[in-house]
Amino acid sequence: MSSATVGNSGKFSLYEWIFTTDHKRVAVLYMIGSYAAFFVAGLMAMLMRTELATVGPTITDNPTTYHVWLYFHGAAMIVAYMIPALTGYFANYYVPLMIGAKDVAFPRLNAFSVWLFWMAIILALLTFVIPDPPDIMWTGYPPYSVMTAGNTAFYTFTVLLLGFSSITGGINLITTIVRMRAPGVTWGKLNMYIWCVLSAFIIQMVFVPFLGDAVIMLILDKYLGTNFFNAAMGGSALLYENIFWAYSHPAVYVILLPAMGILFEIVSTFSKNRIFIYKGAVYAGVMGTMAMAGEVWVHHLGTSGNPEWLVTIQVFTTLLISVPVGILMISLVGTLYKGSIEFKTPMLYAVGFMFLFLIGGLTGIPNAMSAIYLHVHGTQWITAHFHYVMAVSMTTAIIGGTYFIWPKLTGKMYNETLGKLGFYLFFVGVNCTFFPWLYLGYLGMPRRYYDYAQFPQFQPLQQFITYSSYLIFVAGLVILFSWLHSLFKGEKAPDNPWGARSLDWTHTETPPPPGNFKEPVTLPADWDPYDYSKK
Amino acid sequence: MDKSYLKRLSYLLFAPLLFVSVASAETGNAIPVPHEGWDHLWLEMMIDIVAIGIIFALVTIYLLVKYRRKNPNDIGEAKPMSALSVMGWVLIPAFVFIADDVYLGVKNMKHYLEFRRPPENSYTVSVDAYMWGYDITYPEGVITSNELRVPVGRPIKVNLTSRDVVHTLYIPDMRTKWDALPGKQMFLWFNPDKIGEHVMTCTEYCGMLHSGMHGKIIVMPEKEFAKWVEENKPKPQLQEPAPAKAPAQPQTEVKTEGGKI
Ligand code: HEM
Ligand SMILES: [Cu+2]
Repeated sequence: MSSATVGNSGKFSLYEWIFTTDHKRVAVLYMIGSYAAFFVAGLMAMLMRTELATVGPTITDNPTTYHVWLYFHGAAMIVAYMIPALTGYFANYYVPLMIGAKDVAFPRLNAFSVWLFWMAIILALLTFVIPDPPDIMWTGYPPYSVMTAGNTAFYTFTVLLLGFSSITGGINLITTIVRMRAPGVTWGKLNMYIWCVLSAFIIQMVFVPFLGDAVIMLILDKYLGTNFFNAAMGGSALLYENIFWAYSHPAVYVILLPAMGILFEIVSTFSKNRIFIYKGAVYAGVMGTMAMAGEVWVHHLGTSGNPEWLVTIQVFTTLLISVPVGILMISLVGTLYKGSIEFKTPMLYAVGFMFLFLIGGLTGIPNAMSAIYLHVHGTQWITAHFHYVMAVSMTTAIIGGTYFIWPKLTGKMYNETLGKLGFYLFFVGVNCTFFPWLYLGYLGMPRRYYDYAQFPQFQPLQQFITYSSYLIFVAGLVILFSWLHSLFKGEKAPDNPWGARSLDWTHTETPPPPGNFKEPVTLPADWDPYDYSKK
Repeated sequence: MDKSYLKRLSYLLFAPLLFVSVASAETGNAIPVPHEGWDHLWLEMMIDIVAIGIIFALVTIYLLVKYRRKNPNDIGEAKPMSALSVMGWVLIPAFVFIADDVYLGVKNMKHYLEFRRPPENSYTVSVDAYMWGYDITYPEGVITSNELRVPVGRPIKVNLTSRDVVHTLYIPDMRTKWDALPGKQMFLWFNPDKIGEHVMTCTEYCGMLHSGMHGKIIVMPEKEFAKWVEENKPKPQLQEPAPAKAPAQPQTEVKTEGGKI
């Protein structure tokens, strides 16, 4: 069941790529799709930032145009970039290699997942050509999303395709992890990444159906005359808000956990050091996060009219999320202790993460508090907080992780100077953008504003933020250039350039052939993916 | 499981909060100024998180510098940890975090309840949000649009409704907001303790002119306010009284024809 059904002739063939069932090629397809979504959604961000540089119209005088950019930016960044990059691209690439499997459990299902993903990307891009594109924000709250002339069905079907893709991917990778570990790869010795991605998929399997229900009810209301969310007929818009966040908050951990997993691999490898409190990180950190993921959604709805007792309970559950996440951070940073740290590009990104995520996590604590929330909800404080904690933090994992597996994936080394230059530009750019942005939110600047005539005093700060955001774009181009440069000019990569100890580096050629390992993996009893004392 | 059972369970679990709310309710009968309370809470929060942030950042920087690689062939020297020390590293931080969380959470509740318990003697106005503006009705019958005038020093309760989609009434200077949800009666209150002008604006995306949905709150001396009300009150009708079978709509009713165009 594991060998590829479509061959790999060694030469470039589009046919072989489209119909591939090799998990590594599927991973590359995910990678290209999710980076494409990142790029287009990033362009939207630049357009929005430019628009916000002045009070009044700057580059468009039609607010709806701006709202479509914002809709696309939010929706694509989350469901077409972050989730597929972390659970499609990295998970597909790493999981079989790290556990010593020849492929995933269901290679054809895997190909199907990536096809669904590409269909969703195409559907999402059609936003820019259809007559009435969705202008409903990625949250799609009714009654607006039901009343608008914008095409809500595009939103629903994009979300559904990605949801299905995610569920088939989840079934596949969970089965792979449970059933296909090479003898010797026991639960007690799994790579952190595997634990993280396993938990992420479990969360995803449990909660994606909520999102599916919410968006289906939306189009039933809009096109088929049901009244789930129509107050005049006894429905309630609040119902949608609750169902939507019942998925969309856990989705944050679907993003966080695999990103953390990648960073654990990077930090351990470049410190040549064991994971600090490995068991604590797995059982308290990863599993604690998984267990609590579903009990905090109301903190998005603190002014929406949910019962007070529910809001109160979730103030506490939300604050308590700091426990497992804090333990993961202690473990990650603790891994530096007594290490031997080498600052190659992937490690720089991991270090960047430690600081960006710190700011993001700490600015989340006030948001959990229902009194503070009354002021900051719906302002740029919230958007700045989640760009820190999710958007840019997880992007450090995705880009850093890409540099990390680049040699294995492509067989080429990248240029270290270009890599580092990209990182520094990125790090300075995001802080100059999102730190003042936090302050702007504290001052009361609402989110999702095309214009801010009522707050003309914010213009200088807005301008500074806009210029800083251009720096992020430049960083993105440098990063892209470093990868293209490597593809065409890079030196040939050795099998294990970083001296890592896990199976994906020690037991495979670079790049790994179809079927991954020349012979079935056998491991000595004292094998440990984080033991750097052996050679 | 029925709701009231859940409710009682939650009260039991969060008994300390109840204590705080009772305690705070007992402290005098001066009108609270919630936005000042908010500023205090915020300051404390900032001290708390900046302190944690600095400690964490310094430890990280220290580790990064101290353990940088000196020779190309060096490896890390951390030993496998005993179960006991792992437990220690998990449980001790967990207790510290839990303690801080509960402390902050309980403190938060006091302020939250202040924001959510309008004083008895509040001056109550009705605000009906729509795409894209706020219609305001005063108890004396005055009607305005996007301009809420209030007397200084008197707690103001706003009864909030929406005519079409979800909106929010947000008053940054008063540190408060609440959603206007179709089909539901919502409220918020604030204490305009100084004369001046404040922005009120929408923070729940509501379509094309979302960012244009804003107005002014004008806090006036009591006398001037009374005069303004007097001048703008609907004049008693000169013709016959309105037919009895069409009474004025009670303010609480939602005047929506349903969520559809
Ligand atoms: C790195 C450069 C980025 C810039 C300059 C940027 C800029 C922006 C801007 C200007 C907004 C609109 C804020 C508002 O007024 O509501 C926004 C919203 C948003 N961004 Fe980003 N963004 C970036 C990256 C990302 C990434 C990587 C993600 C990935 C998750 C992301 C997710 C979102 C989401 C979910 C929203 C909210 C959309 C909504 O309100 O519906 N952004 N971003
Ligand atoms: Cu509005």
